Amino acid sequence: MDILYFAWVRERIGIDHEELDPPADVTDVRGLIAWLATRSPGHESALMDITCLRAAVDQKFADLDAPIRDAREVAIFPPVTGG
Amino acid sequence: MIRVSLQAEPFDAGAELARLDASGGGGVASFTGIVRGDGGLVELMLEHHPGMTLAMMEALANDAAERWALSGLTIIHRHGPLGPGAPIVFVATAAKHRTAALEACASLIDRLKTQAPFWKRETFADGRQTWVEPRASDDAAAARWLRDGG
Repeated sequence: MDILYFAWVRERIGIDHEELDPPADVTDVRGLIAWLATRSPGHESALMDITCLRAAVDQKFADLDAPIRDAREVAIFPPVTGG
Repeated sequence: MIRVSLQAEPFDAGAELARLDASGGGGVASFTGIVRGDGGLVELMLEHHPGMTLAMMEALANDAAERWALSGLTIIHRHGPLGPGAPIVFVATAAKHRTAALEACASLIDRLKTQAPFWKRETFADGRQTWVEPRASDDAAAARWLRDGG
């Protein structure tokens, strides 16, 4: 699974993407973020407050409860600020 | 008739408007967003999702074109580093009547703000960098245009 990071999530983690195979008990976006947060101090700093985070699964905006087992790509980022 | 562009380069708003002026008559409405130089800002960096941002802009464009029966529509959004005074976003809508053109234009700029995956990082003259936080008023503005919200 390709995990993408944007904006300050990317800056705190220090990379813009990583290819990972989450364990079988990680089934939704919320669980994925909790699992990713254990990977390094940078991940923890970026991902500890889930209320500040939004996600997209296979390039569609997704809720924290969205399933991820069949996803090829999950993007994690702060709320968007276009325009 | 629908033109959507995600680009680093500047755009020529006058040329874009002229193209829509020729799209069949009625009216053309437009909005150009310009980088503010408030508080000693020296750079605004726009980050985007390479696979998702253009697709979302196109989806918003198609939705507006259908909802307001537009005869022409242009959306241009820039990415990368921009300085104060630089044009950042352009929306122009052509329709047979003014209400459709004006409403479609306002709706698109509101929805781009809250639904297109862009993130803005401000750099100030003293070297400070901050990521722009979304405002509740932006969400409220975008929610006005939800079909089910009346």
